[in-house]
Amino acid sequence: MSWRRRETLRNIAFLSPWLLGTGLFFLYPLLSTLYFSFTKYNGFSPPTFDGLDNYRYVFGHYPFFWPALRNTLWFVAVMVTLRTVFGMAVGMLVVRLRRGANLFRTVFYAPYLAPPVASTLAFVFLLNPGTGPVNTVLHRLGMPEPGWFNDPTWSKPALTLLALWGIGDLMVIFMASLLDVPKELYEAADLDGAGAWSRFRYVTLPHLRPIVGFSVVTGVIATMQYYTQPIVAGEVASGHIQGSGQQFEPGYPEQSTLTLPQLVYNLGFQRFDIGSACVIALVLFGLSMGFAAVLMRRGSVFLGGDL
Amino acid sequence: MRFSPAARQRLEWVGVHSFAIAAALFFVLPFVFVALTAVMTDQQSLTRDLWPDPFRWHNLIDVWSTPGFGTWWRNTLVYAVGGTVLTLVSSIPVAHALAHFRFRGRKLAMMMVIATMMLPPQVVIIPMYLVWAKQLHLTGTLWPLIVPLAFGDAYSIFLLRQFLVTVPREYLDAAKVDGAGELQVLLRVVLPMCRPAIAAVALFQFFYCWNDYFGPQIYASENPGAWTLSYGLQTFKSAHHTNWNFTMAATLLVMAPVIALFFLAQKAFIEGVTLTGVKG
Repeated sequence: MSWRRRETLRNIAFLSPWLLGTGLFFLYPLLSTLYFSFTKYNGFSPPTFDGLDNYRYVFGHYPFFWPALRNTLWFVAVMVTLRTVFGMAVGMLVVRLRRGANLFRTVFYAPYLAPPVASTLAFVFLLNPGTGPVNTVLHRLGMPEPGWFNDPTWSKPALTLLALWGIGDLMVIFMASLLDVPKELYEAADLDGAGAWSRFRYVTLPHLRPIVGFSVVTGVIATMQYYTQPIVAGEVASGHIQGSGQQFEPGYPEQSTLTLPQLVYNLGFQRFDIGSACVIALVLFGLSMGFAAVLMRRGSVFLGGDL
Repeated sequence: MRFSPAARQRLEWVGVHSFAIAAALFFVLPFVFVALTAVMTDQQSLTRDLWPDPFRWHNLIDVWSTPGFGTWWRNTLVYAVGGTVLTLVSSIPVAHALAHFRFRGRKLAMMMVIATMMLPPQVVIIPMYLVWAKQLHLTGTLWPLIVPLAFGDAYSIFLLRQFLVTVPREYLDAAKVDGAGELQVLLRVVLPMCRPAIAAVALFQFFYCWNDYFGPQIYASENPGAWTLSYGLQTFKSAHHTNWNFTMAATLLVMAPVIALFFLAQKAFIEGVTLTGVKG
């Protein structure tokens, strides 16, 4: 066997798990999703071709599509921004601590690891309008008591609070970068008589720019996948009884917590309208690959050197 | 008003630490209130009381002995341990190839890995479910959750590859001159140098499986014998008790092991997060 052929075989052997996996769990289901999106299929009787009917239904008549897209935009604009700002602020706080920095870092990081179902349940409890500790405290302070997960104007802010609680990953990344800022830059700024704000504006922030970009792009990609927290919060806050035979209306209250991944579940697994569910899946695919392309184009910055 | 440098420093110290304590309250109080409610009596958990009186520690034992809780626990452990082992075994060789082999299409392969990593699981879930349910008749078991991890996990491949490229070529070449085969180079030279990265990836994958909700919801929900903690916990409020105290006790029991694991393996974690690809 020639040396070249041996090398090719070796490459294939090492890559084989991934080659098989990509075929079986990515390319095949993707093509299959594309095919089903042009058919009428309930999962039981064989699929029949129905052209663009599913696309017309999803974009024209399905009542949940546009609310879900609007919510996604809200989460991108508010949740991603606040997470980035808060992550940076907490990171800057921890690197300035002289005493107990390790303890604080541990405390700030721990909530990030709490299982999302558990942390969502905890927040639905903390913020429940009846007996929740947050409203109890607000009441004692004589402040207004929002309905949080039970009020369509407050449900997204409540989810945002939950997302800010799990800021640990961003905090650590910002901290790592902050520790890299050359000390001389701050010394030079001090000599120029720069105040705290100009130090931040002209030294810290330019240094952190790649991390801010990373945080925004990965935040947007995570928002495209935002599923567990809103669906669990909606279901638990609505008081829906599991196994009651009644179907849970997703997005409680008033579709304010609907996101695109929930629509795949609603159409495909609750309404057995597989064709339309696949249209949503393709929209989701297009959006996430678009943002992935942005991330890769800036690859050298975000992904650490050449590919 | 002008302060002397020493006074300014002291003021800054006080300011920074006050902010840190305020932030700490935001991160810690949710745990505290969950824990306090978890040990309230049924009666008290229906009121706005914040402090339990009396402490009913027995709630934790009651939740632990709820029918099903032990099964969910075992299933979660099987999914997380089995999934992590399979992920490592299948992803390490791929990451090694992407980091150290030169071949046509390597860049394309790397881009595919990144694309897969960013793919929401919902995009491909319908055909996958149909295969597992109709062809293989394995829904209602843990197999559909675990088996795919034997074919490499994009995120783990990516993270490992980022670390493996930092191993100097000379080490690999030296081993080959000594007559080591490709697999031996990987096992004897590369892996020992990459322990921190492997530990971090293992921890991330363990947490991913432990916390996964969507997978168990799709594949395991039809059979309570295959539920995991995350899926079972979500049914807790409606199916078992109307009061918050039991739900919070269950929440606490689901959170506790992961937080404990974090305290034990903190260093590997923090290193792992900084490894997620950002080189500022």
